[in-house]
Amino acid sequence: MARALINAPAKAKRGEVIEIKTLISHVMETGFRPDNTGRPIPRDIITDFICKYNGEEVFRAELFPAIAANPFLTFFTVATESGTLNFEWTGDNGFSATESVNITVE
Amino acid sequence: MTDDEGVVQRTRRRFLVETAALAGAAGMGLALDAAPAPATPASMRAAIRKVVGEAPLNKGKLKIDVPALIENGNAVPLTVSCESPMTESDHVKAIHVFTEKNPQPNVIGAQLGPRAGRASVSTRIRLADTQKIVALAQMSDGSFWSDEVEVVVTLAACLEGT
Repeated sequence: MARALINAPAKAKRGEVIEIKTLISHVMETGFRPDNTGRPIPRDIITDFICKYNGEEVFRAELFPAIAANPFLTFFTVATESGTLNFEWTGDNGFSATESVNITVE
Repeated sequence: MTDDEGVVQRTRRRFLVETAALAGAAGMGLALDAAPAPATPASMRAAIRKVVGEAPLNKGKLKIDVPALIENGNAVPLTVSCESPMTESDHVKAIHVFTEKNPQPNVIGAQLGPRAGRASVSTRIRLADTQKIVALAQMSDGSFWSDEVEVVVTLAACLEGT
């Protein structure tokens, strides 16, 4: 299981724009590098990232090999109500990881 | 040195030179096989057209924030932000980033909505060469806005083995 780190405020005012930072450990092998016998190392990357706020999708990104190893993503969302932020990463070779954080909106 | 030894010396030298040449040729062949065809300005334009379609591409509104001089191309901090009120009727729908000389032109494609509050995305990218980065934003009214920056990369993201 890949290690994921989420940095999001635990508390926010209603309507406030909050910054969410995510980091997940992953090699993001591009598929363009040869191994020591000269054959290309097969691609192994995270291809999709989705963030849901109480089940509603608020951010989605399609990633390509040009994203550095251990993909880091920062984006914003409006704190509308207390609840859960769900994060989901999917990628090559059946890679899948999820993480969630709770947020209290006053 | 006797004649015999001289012959041995010569043949050994020849053997070494020939093996080195062979190994070199083999190495070259392998390197050529493994080297991916790099993206060109043309393939970047094609990738952009695929997203934009026939719509005109306007300059402005969008801003790319990236260091102008990059020491390590393996992890380059990149922020793309766009001026927008982010309301239901006027918001940024998507932000795309492309490069000119990476093996593949696409870097990231992000889908946003009015719930984002602010149209800004940051990540870390790989850059294979000194090149141009292009970002574009799709607005809710269907218009496209773009920005481009030239960056200098001193250590390229590795395409060869580590």
